[in-house]
Amino acid sequence: MTAITVTQHVRYQTKVAHRRATSEPAWIRWTLIASALAFLTLFLFVPLAAVFTEALRKGWDTYLSALIDPDALSAIWLTLIAAAIALPLNLVFGVAAAWAIAKFEFRGKSVLITLIDLPFAVSPVVAGLIYVLIFGLQGWFGEWLIDNDMKVIFAIPGIVLATVFVTFPFVARELIPLMQAQGKDEEEAALVLGASGWQILWRVTLPNIKWGLLYGMILTNARAMGEFGAVSVVSGHIRGMTNTMPLHVEILYNEYQYAAAFAVASLLALLALVTLALKTFVEWQSAKNAAEFEKEANG
Amino acid sequence: MRYLSLVLLALPSLAFAATELLNVSYDVSREFYKELNPAFVKYWKEKTGETVSIKQSHGGSSKQARSVVDGLPADVITMNRSPDIDILYERGKLIPRDWQARLPNESAPTASTSVFLVRKGNPKKIKDWNDLVKANVSVIIPNPKTSGNGKYSYLAAWGYVLKKGGSDAEAKAFVANLFKNVPVLDTGGRGATTTFAQREIGDVLLTFENEVTLIQEELGADKFEVVYPPLSILAENPVALVDKVVDKKKTRAVAQAYLDFHYSEQGQTIAVHHHLRPQVAAVAAKHQADFHAISLFKVEELFGSWANAEKTHFADGAIFDQIYQK
Repeated sequence: MTAITVTQHVRYQTKVAHRRATSEPAWIRWTLIASALAFLTLFLFVPLAAVFTEALRKGWDTYLSALIDPDALSAIWLTLIAAAIALPLNLVFGVAAAWAIAKFEFRGKSVLITLIDLPFAVSPVVAGLIYVLIFGLQGWFGEWLIDNDMKVIFAIPGIVLATVFVTFPFVARELIPLMQAQGKDEEEAALVLGASGWQILWRVTLPNIKWGLLYGMILTNARAMGEFGAVSVVSGHIRGMTNTMPLHVEILYNEYQYAAAFAVASLLALLALVTLALKTFVEWQSAKNAAEFEKEANG
Repeated sequence: MRYLSLVLLALPSLAFAATELLNVSYDVSREFYKELNPAFVKYWKEKTGETVSIKQSHGGSSKQARSVVDGLPADVITMNRSPDIDILYERGKLIPRDWQARLPNESAPTASTSVFLVRKGNPKKIKDWNDLVKANVSVIIPNPKTSGNGKYSYLAAWGYVLKKGGSDAEAKAFVANLFKNVPVLDTGGRGATTTFAQREIGDVLLTFENEVTLIQEELGADKFEVVYPPLSILAENPVALVDKVVDKKKTRAVAQAYLDFHYSEQGQTIAVHHHLRPQVAAVAAKHQADFHAISLFKVEELFGSWANAEKTHFADGAIFDQIYQK
């Protein structure tokens, strides 16, 4: 923002400072606020509270034993593995793709953007079925994989593949608009001053996008751990082997073990809350950064 | 750190079992196998000294069968309908065509039947199949297109009319009226249970006898009552070992022993615990008092074969599609 527009903005604010934000009568405003709050309570806070009350209904002992049950531990473990593999892969691919798209002009750029968006457009179940069609016994590589003793679907690689697929766009989608808005002036300046490609990446590009990147990773992680549809198709549901946390919750629920199901679900909910807190922190940090950036520009 | 080490401690027990069998099964057999598997593991250890571990995978039967065809490495498959095992031959050539001839009683060690679960006090006075078509009765049945459970209920209603001397046309009209009373079709047995018991929709739930007893035990005997119609269908639960998988994993001997164990006195008695009807005559005779005497007919008796029933009733555009249009 330039100095002139800021002054204009300030002047405008002084002028309207004494006017109410809206002209609607008080009861309409309060009704709207109350209905929004009621909606939030009904559809967000009550379910969230229900998860934890149901989980603790039979006491802490049941809660803890549901979490240290071998099948539950293996589900938690598998979920962490899938997220731990999906996250770095998405980080590298996402930064590379966003860098290419935002900073360079090349033929087929719009095709690349469409491809990155594909997992958003495709239903997760279809995403899972794609891998069954390719790696399944009746699929293209099925026979060959079996003959060479390699397992993809109904094993950990398939679950990781499905997770990577559905989380693919998050980092890139977060970074592309940011990098486009930042432009390439700083990189060009660095290049003119004699920096190498790696130096530009580490010292100029990455510091500029770090908050956006972190935000993208948080979203990726949340989705990776919570994914149900795609993973359900390729998992095979073998207990203690190929069940992730969301799948384990479904199994427990179907076995009438409601307290245990909600105990595992509460772990996922906790994860969501932590993610939310992290996200708020990251947003606050990046807003602060933006403000400082502006101050520097103006001063 | 403490939790991490806990997690790490749990892992080896999963990874290093000597021999491992995977039993791919249908949705509502979980509780049965939770008791049968440890019993077999103990039996096998005593007999051979070998430690075997059995992994379970449960889900809707057609989906499970499909997964095995697609490469889920099941050593044995245990289903509630023979067509869900036939598909392993038809689509994947994983088993021989005559798999049913390899074990006694056409490879069905246990069976169940379709019965009614009603709300306490039976307010709608439901006693027999013809009570289900009354105008004010709401019936919960899982979808016969996707659920073996639903197919059995459908065929049982059809068979009820035939057994009373009715014609196919009368049976069709009866079943059409029955499904007019079905407000929601869940894709599987457990989904239908949830609809009836948790969401409290419907006056009567049609499902397997073993499932009905379990609902009472898990969700409160004071809330529901079981109604045994005088006549119903015999729902046989066939088992098979998957030749292509056991030959590759070299587990044929233990997989075969596992299936044989289903027919042993111990295995049959465990089935009785879970309200599955034992099919070995000696055990069945011993436990006659544990089960309501219902006159049961086989699918083959009234419909020729399962393949035939599929084609006439459940294929796309077949009778079920004609009568259930909303």
